[in-house]
Order: sequence, then C-alpha cells, then structure tokens
Amino acid sequence: MKLRHLGALALAAAFLSPAAGLAAGMDKAKACFIYVGPIGDFGWSYQHDQGRLSVEKALGDKVETAYLENVPEGADGERAIERFARSGCNIIFTTSFGFMDATNKAAAKFPDVKFEHATGYKREHPNVATYDSRFYQGRYVIGQIAAKVSKTGTAGYIGSFPIPEVVQGINAFMLGAQSVNPDFKVKVVWVNSWFDPGKEADAAKSLFDQGVDVLAQHTDSTAAMQVAAERGLHAFGQASDMIKFGPKTQLTAIVDEWAPYYIERVQAVLDGTWEQQATWDGMEDGTVVMAPFTNMPDDVKAMAEKTTASITDGSFHPFTGPIKKQDGSVWLKEGEVAEDGVLAGMNFYVEGIDDKLPQ
Amino acid sequence: MFDMAQAIALTIIAASTPLLLAAIGELVVERSGVLNLGVEGMMIVGAAAGFAGAQLTGSAYAGILFALAAGGVLSMLFALLVLFFATNQVATGLSITLLGIGIAGLLGQGFVGVPGVKLDAIAIPLLSEIPLLGPLLFRHDLLVYLSIALVAGTWYLLARTRLGLTIRAVGDNHASAHAIGYNVLAVRCLAILFGGICAGLAGGYLSLVYTPQWVEGMSAGRGWIAVALVVFAGWRPLRALAGAYLFGAVLILQFHAQAAGVGIPSQFLSALPYIATIVVLVVISASRRSASGAAPACLGQPFVP
Amino acid sequence: MWLRLERRSGRSAWMALLSPAAAFALTLVTGAVLFLALGKDPVAGLYFFFVEPVTVAWSLEEVLVKMTPLALIAAGLAVCFAASVWNIGAEGQFILGAIAGSFWPVVLPDLQGPLILPLMLLSGILGGALFASLPALFRVRFGANEILTSLMLVYVAELFLDWLVRGPWRNPAGLNFPETRPFHDWASMPVIGADRLNIGFLAALAVCLLLAFALSRTFTGFGLRLSGTAPQAARFAGISRNGTIYLVMALSGGLAGLAGAMEVAGPIGQLRTQISPGYGFTAIIVAFLARLNPAGAILAAFVLSVTFIGGESAQIAIGVSDKITRVFQGILLFYVLTCDVFILHRLRWVRPVRRLAGGS
Repeated sequence: MKLRHLGALALAAAFLSPAAGLAAGMDKAKACFIYVGPIGDFGWSYQHDQGRLSVEKALGDKVETAYLENVPEGADGERAIERFARSGCNIIFTTSFGFMDATNKAAAKFPDVKFEHATGYKREHPNVATYDSRFYQGRYVIGQIAAKVSKTGTAGYIGSFPIPEVVQGINAFMLGAQSVNPDFKVKVVWVNSWFDPGKEADAAKSLFDQGVDVLAQHTDSTAAMQVAAERGLHAFGQASDMIKFGPKTQLTAIVDEWAPYYIERVQAVLDGTWEQQATWDGMEDGTVVMAPFTNMPDDVKAMAEKTTASITDGSFHPFTGPIKKQDGSVWLKEGEVAEDGVLAGMNFYVEGIDDKLPQ
Repeated sequence: MFDMAQAIALTIIAASTPLLLAAIGELVVERSGVLNLGVEGMMIVGAAAGFAGAQLTGSAYAGILFALAAGGVLSMLFALLVLFFATNQVATGLSITLLGIGIAGLLGQGFVGVPGVKLDAIAIPLLSEIPLLGPLLFRHDLLVYLSIALVAGTWYLLARTRLGLTIRAVGDNHASAHAIGYNVLAVRCLAILFGGICAGLAGGYLSLVYTPQWVEGMSAGRGWIAVALVVFAGWRPLRALAGAYLFGAVLILQFHAQAAGVGIPSQFLSALPYIATIVVLVVISASRRSASGAAPACLGQPFVP
Repeated sequence: MWLRLERRSGRSAWMALLSPAAAFALTLVTGAVLFLALGKDPVAGLYFFFVEPVTVAWSLEEVLVKMTPLALIAAGLAVCFAASVWNIGAEGQFILGAIAGSFWPVVLPDLQGPLILPLMLLSGILGGALFASLPALFRVRFGANEILTSLMLVYVAELFLDWLVRGPWRNPAGLNFPETRPFHDWASMPVIGADRLNIGFLAALAVCLLLAFALSRTFTGFGLRLSGTAPQAARFAGISRNGTIYLVMALSGGLAGLAGAMEVAGPIGQLRTQISPGYGFTAIIVAFLARLNPAGAILAAFVLSVTFIGGESAQIAIGVSDKITRVFQGILLFYVLTCDVFILHRLRWVRPVRRLAGGS
C-alpha cells in the first residue's frame, strides 16, 4: 500500500475512533430552551419557540425538546438553567442578554452540557457559545422602503432601550432611508420596555399625532401595528410577521428566524462536532428574513427585493462608507465597511438623526 | 397646529378612559367603607374575558358584557370574604389581584397572537359635526361615553339620592348606620359589585379598544393607578374625572416631550405620573386635615353585625 | 334561616392550630380540581408542586435560597402590618437597599477588604429605611395614605434604578449594556451549603426569630400591636402613633433594603435593571400567610417558595403553565384568610327573630 494511502487510512481510522473530537456523538439529544418572556408574546420569545418547533420537525426522533417561559433574569434564571442542566439536557439555549452570567456559571458546573447564549459576549468556558443575528440588515431594507413610501418624509421609531443592538437598528434604518432620500427624518421615542402593548400603542399614537406616517419599532408587541392600521398609515412588523394585525398596513417585517441556527447546533451535538463559537449570522445564513413585501407600489417592492438580495449574497453591507457620525466627524471612509467590534458597542447616531441618544 | 392638538387630545382621552372607569367604580366601593385592592385583578380578568367573549361571539359588544361579568364575578368572591367572613380587606384585595392575574392568564392562553375585534367609534349625529369641538367630544366608542355617563351618574347618586346617602352613611359610620336599620353588608355588597363591573369594563376597554388583543399582564398596573386616583380625587366623582384625564395626559405627553427633543431622561418622564400622584396625594391630604376629613371614616374596617 | 358570623367570647386555641392545616388541605383539594379541569393528572400535579421540591436535595436547597429574601422582608412587614401600618412598597425599599449597598463596589471599586460586605449590608439597611421613611413622613405630617404613597414609590425606585444602571453607574467595559461592573470578591456573600445557599439564609432565620421575640415579649412590641389593634387604648397608654409609624416603616424598609443588598451581593453579583422578581410583593403574601407573626414568616416563606420551585418543576414535567403558580398562591392566601376568621368567630344558624311591637 502506498504511503499516502496508509496515511489516508490512518486518518480515516482516527476520525472513526470514538476518542476523536471533543465529545462523542449521540443517538438522541435533549435540547432545552429558556425564554425570558411568554411564548405568546408573538415577538421575541415566540420566534425562539418557533425555532424550537422547527428543530423538532427537522430532527424528529433524534431530539427531545423542553422549554421554560417567563423566566426572570437573576437568581431565578440561574436556577432554571441549572434545573435544565440537571435534568439531562445536552444543549441549553438561553435567549436573553440578562442570562449571561447565569449561563456561564452553570457552564462551569456542568462541563458536559453545551450552553448557547443569545446576544451575549461572555464565553468563559469551552462549553459556552454565543449567537446573535444581524437584525440591522433588515433595518436597512425597511429604511429604504420607508423613505419611498412616506409622504411626510418623516418616520417614527419606537425604541426599547438605547443598547447597541437597538442603536445599530436605528442607524441602519436611517442609512437605508437616506440612500433614497438624503433629507429623510426619523423621530425616536423610548418606551423603556421590550414588551408593553399599552405603552407601545401610546408611543405609536403620539408619533402619528406628531405627523409621521410610517412606523418602525424595536419592541415586541403588535400594538403599534394595530394603531397604524386604525389610522390607515403604514408600519413595519418586528420579530415576527405581523400581517394579521395589519393586513393593509404592514409593509414588511423583520422576522427572527432561528431555525437554521438551532438545527445546525443541535445536529452538531448529535454528531459530536459541537464547538465553541461566537456567531453573528444574518440574511446570508437565513436568520434574518424579510416578510413578504406588501401594500407598496411595485417599484418599491422591486427595490426592496434587490437590496435584500444584495445583502443576502454578501455583495452589500449596510454599514459601508462614506458615513459620518451625528457630530459631523467621519466614521467610515468611502468603501470602508464597519467592523463587528464597533457595531457591537455602538453608542452613537449617524449624521442626519436629530435626536440625542440617551447616554 | 390645531389638528395636532386635537389628535393629541383624542389620544389622551383614550389613555384616560380605562383609568376613569376603574376609578369611578372604586370610588363608590370606598365611599361605602370598603378598601378594594383587587382592582388590578378584576381589571385583567375583564380584559381576558372580554377578549375571549368577543372572539367566541364575533362581536365586540358581546365582549363588553363578558368583561363586566368577569369583573363582577371576581368582585363577588371578594365580597364573600370581606363582608361575610370579615377578613382583612388589604390582604384579601391582594389575593384577589393575584388570583385574577393567574385566572386571566389561563383564560387568555388560547387567544394569544390573535388580532382582536375592535369596538367602533360612534359618531353622535349633528353634534359631531360641530366644528372644532365636534370630533373631539362626540366621536368616541361606547365605553368612553359610558365612562362620562358613569361619572355624572355617580355624582348624582352620591349627592342627590337616598341610596347615595345610605352609601355614604355606611362608609362614614357603619355602627350608626346599622343602628338606624340600614343593611350595611347589603349596601357594601352592591357597591363592591358596581366596582367590580367597572373594573371589568376598564379591562374590556383595554383588550377591545385600546390594544385589541390579549397579552398577559396587559393591565400593567392601571388598577393601582385607579386606586390612587380615588384618593387623588378626594372621593369625589367630578374630581376623579379631572384626575383621570390629568394622568392620561402625563402618560401621553411624555412621548411628545421625547419626540420634541426635551432633554429630560425618559425614565424621569415615565416616573412623572407616579410622582405626580404622590405630590397630589400629599397636597390633598394636607389641605383636608383641617377640613372635615375626606376619607370615609370607616374605610377598611370590617363590620360584623 | 341563614348562616351568620358571630364573635366568640375568646380565642379558639385549637382553631388557631387547625386553621393553617385546614387552609393547606383546602388548597390541595382545590388544586386537584384545577388540574383535573385543565386535563392534567392531579396526583402528578400535586406531587411536582409540593412533594418534589422538598424531597429532592437540589430542589430543597433552591427552596431555601428563594425563601431567604422572602422571609426577611416578610418578618419586617409582619411587624408593620401588626401595627396597622400598611407598607405596600417593600419592593421599592428592596431596590433602594440594593442601590445603596452597591454604592461601594460600583463607585469605589478599589476599596476592598473584609469590611466591604458589612458596609454594603449596613448601607442597604439604611437605604431601605430612609426610603420607607418617606411614606411614613407623608402619613404623619400630611395624613396621606401610606398604601398609595409607598406603592407609587415602587415605580419611582424601579425607574431610578433603570436610570442609574443605564447612565452614571453603567459598566464602562460592558459594551453599553445596562448593568454595573461585576462586584469584586470582597463584595460577595459567603456561601454555605452546596453552592447557592449563602449566610443570608441564616441571617433571615435569626431576624425572624428575633423579631418574633421582640414583638411578643418586649414592651415596644406590645405597644406596636396595641397601636395596631386598639389605637385609642394605645394613645391612652402613652404610645405615640406617629412614633410607631416611623418605627415600623423604617424597620420593614430597612429589612427589605437588607434583602436587596444581600441579593446583589449574593446571587446577582452586580446591579442591573431587573434585580427582583417581585420579592417585595410576594413578601406581603408571606406576611399574611404567616398571620403577621415574624416567626411564622419562616414557614410561610418556605411554603410559598415551594410553590415557586414546584411550579417550575411542574411546567417541565407535566406541561402545565406557569400561571398556575399564581393561582395556587392566591387560593392559599384566600383559604388562610378565611380559616383564620374562625379563630375569633363562629358560624351559626339563625332564625329571623320577630320584633316585638312597642319595643321592650
């Protein structure tokens, strides 16, 4: 036998032996999910649960899933995560930033269990991975649509909290709008909550009363969409497709599609190939999906589809220079693309936004 | 400019209505001497039942009936404990709130993520055509008109009718009222029922008009604000109206302040309604000290005949 | 012919013992019915809710961890309520205590050493006590109802915490997320037990027993109780109502603040926007379940914590929703309140009595 065949054979033997790899594969895995809100929020937690259901559908008998909803961050969260770790879960997804320390603490105690923390940045042990989604890509698209569709040239934006993820969204929205109409304006109000339908409705009404005619939100309920529907104006859905709440109102929605990532990671546990990583997927990986473009003229729809396609195939990045910060200084030069690190800590507005970012 | 003011006023009216409905009910309850801290629970079961009812029957008006019935039923449970068993009213009210939140969550489980049936605005013919004030005052849904009617009715009842006198007597001095021959428990029971129905209506307003959907915890503490409003109003219906609208205004104007670029931290703006309540409570109580006292003297005291 | 509630001539001693047991039994029965109505196996449901948490070692430790802040706050509230001062704002006092305690590791992180933890806890007590003095002040000086003022201050406290943690106290190395820097090791509660139970548990037990003793055996304690049940008599005895109000509010606020400081020094390890899943409000329930007896707060906090832990367990095991936990707690409180009535009252059938004309 030639040497290289021998080498190939040895290599193959090494891969086939159970001692190879960090962990052996398994026939059946238990995947567990911790949600910070109710799965009935029709927003953030709902979409994560849809991801869980997709895992069940895709992997059938090879996977068993479990979930806990309405888990508060803090001591209760720590307990919930540990409870799952003790009850035979092989992989645990903790779907809120506030579970970061609890996830890492549990990972230290249960080295054989894999932990996946959404939107976090600490990976203190080899069995912790973090994952996030480039929602800002969708924001760019809806910004473009907003600028085309708006008659008053001003959009309203319901913000939750001034954290980097939300600021990325506002900036991307503005950049998208400016690419169509450089004088486009956006009014941002902060409701200081991720999910509060009453307050979101109040905020939506106030924005409309101020004269905006298209609404975007970074909060999770469908209340704002309903207000827009009532007033015959336009809005964008968030986290899930909200067309049911505004059949003639919703232009599109940025849908959080966690299924591809969840299926991939659970499959990795089954195959024994799970490794620590920090993932920031986006349209190109299928985790940010735009709901069907509706209630808009055909040329706007075509533009939106083209932009979406160019982001999806990687040929366009929403944060590509020349871009100036709100204070006038240059942030990105012509053709320069923003670094992930800067985006992750984003705490400034781009030029053209009049509001002050709460610091 | 005027259009914007009108639009804002309409939004404020909508925000104030659930507060007003719950507060006017609680006002009557407290006037009869019972402190009902279960308003939040009654409100949220009203919201859940109202939404469920509207979905099942396809009519938002039917939903209103379900809402007020749910509030009424829960209030009767409250009445059983505090009137018949003479339990501590504070504790019982809190347990009703707890129970109400749990039951509402269970009731509403099948209805999450479902767009609701909304109550339409009813334009009163002729009156709503008046320029400027017409659309502002006369183009609302049934519950807004009802809230105003309830305020007027309650004012008339308490100030001008025999039943009102009885309620006030029972609230101010239940021992004497009993000696005169009034049935203290029956009067209080009626008052509690009225309070429960109003709280249920307030909840129904939330899930049928304000944000036509059901989500857990959608009452978001409004029941507590209603309780505060009653004290703020000095237990007087017309002042409750003013108070509710003031609160609604603060709730809405905080967003306008933000949008206008007023540089106050948004948390402070969000805290304003609560700080305002405290300030007003203190001021009102201080000025009442010297006067003949505003709170019904027997508020919160159990009565065993 | 109808049923009437009638006052007994004294206290029924055996009813005092039977009442909590009866309430618990009734809760179990109602719970079983509820499970049946939801289509779940009642035996399994009750097992996961009430038996599993106390028979599995890990679950039991979790119950103890959860009950620590509850028992501590409830003991203070029990004293407060016994004096008929209704502090509904313990949640806000908890938050202010946590903020006050966090001052040291957040603003002066270079100050380290074994004195830091006691300093934090002391600051927590002070913070909570001062915050609770506000409703006391409004009540004493202006006659404003403390239920409402203390409640409104909860919202103010929550928003103040939010502003602090997003603004001046935000971790400069934390990527703009709303939380403070993690506390250094001197600012942590020492752990006992397997891994999550800390000395706070022992402190809570000690406080409950101490307060129970003080309430029932000292003159101050007697004065408080008298002021609560018979204010006129207390006044004649020279017990100042205003002083009582300040004392019990500061006490309950201080204990809530202590619990807050212990929570951020313990399980959380930093200050962030959400530090309490409603301990302050749940402790009110515990206080009533304990029938306003600080020693009873230990058992009541235990039982309530069991329902929390059990509820979580039941969610996973039999797929029942988490709202059931609240329903259970509401029902339990209901029955306790009702059964307690029979300590001082009894039910009696009465016939309508024909009134004699002319009165005599």
